[in-house]
Amino acid sequence: MKARIHVTLKSGVLDPQGKAIEHALSQLGFQGVDEARTGKVIELNLAESDPERAREQVDLMCRQLLANPVIENYDIELTT
Amino acid sequence: MKAAVVVFPGSNCDRDVAVALERAMGRPPVMVWHKDSDFEDVDLVVLPGGFSYGDYLRVGAISAHANVMREVKRRAGKGVPVLGICNGFQVLTESGLLPGALMRNKSLRFVCKDVGLKVETGQSLFTSRYETGQRVTFMAAHHDGSYFIDDAGRRQLEDREQIAFRYCDERGQVTPEANPNGSVANIAGIFNSEKTVLGMMPHPERMADPVLGGEDGRAMFEGLVEALS
Repeated sequence: MKARIHVTLKSGVLDPQGKAIEHALSQLGFQGVDEARTGKVIELNLAESDPERAREQVDLMCRQLLANPVIENYDIELTT
Repeated sequence: MKAAVVVFPGSNCDRDVAVALERAMGRPPVMVWHKDSDFEDVDLVVLPGGFSYGDYLRVGAISAHANVMREVKRRAGKGVPVLGICNGFQVLTESGLLPGALMRNKSLRFVCKDVGLKVETGQSLFTSRYETGQRVTFMAAHHDGSYFIDDAGRRQLEDREQIAFRYCDERGQVTPEANPNGSVANIAGIFNSEKTVLGMMPHPERMADPVLGGEDGRAMFEGLVEALS
């Protein structure tokens, strides 16, 4: 089973890289981008085949290491 | 007084802080490798600056789970003083010993310069040699020094007098222009609620000898020796 974890910054947390991307897009002539926010994607290959248990494991991994709950949210996507 | 300096792979200010400690203590600190799960009894643990684990995942995130940190957390829980400088501050927030988080500088640039700091309280083990409100000059050298904490957390830090240092201008005024990295409320360093743990981005050890451009940092180490001997 594979897990794909999207880690994003909480709203209200300053994202200077997002701001730089926003600025660069408008420099390139792309109009209408109100906001850009950055994040990261982490992919894991898991031995666990039960989706419920896999989600539990990955959730624990996110809380202990993969995301920092002070500044980040995470979202877990499981695929077989 | 005895001190330990923790060395992570990628630490690069461990020797500098060891020199500053040795001068103040009259003996060298114990250097503790990150894989060690135990080390001799000491009166102070220092987490030095650097780029431990190449800043992978998030600054300080991997180091916060190193073997040695379990022991550092245990001792901090018993009241042993811990000082985290720069990357050490990042490790302290990631390990939960201090609140908040350190993020990429607002300018996205690496900041390497002398910075003015306002001492928010002289009432601590770490700042006893400074006057409350005094302006000191330390050196900042970081890419991820923007301190973030939510409004409720910031108010709590202020109410409990847990803010140790704020970035200030030449006249000691805490202004947005004097903020080098976008930190919330110009925060440069904070204590835990017992004031036994201090984390700060600027480097006192880089201002501990006239040859380095200043001596304001020396007083921190001398004050610690006085308090812990």
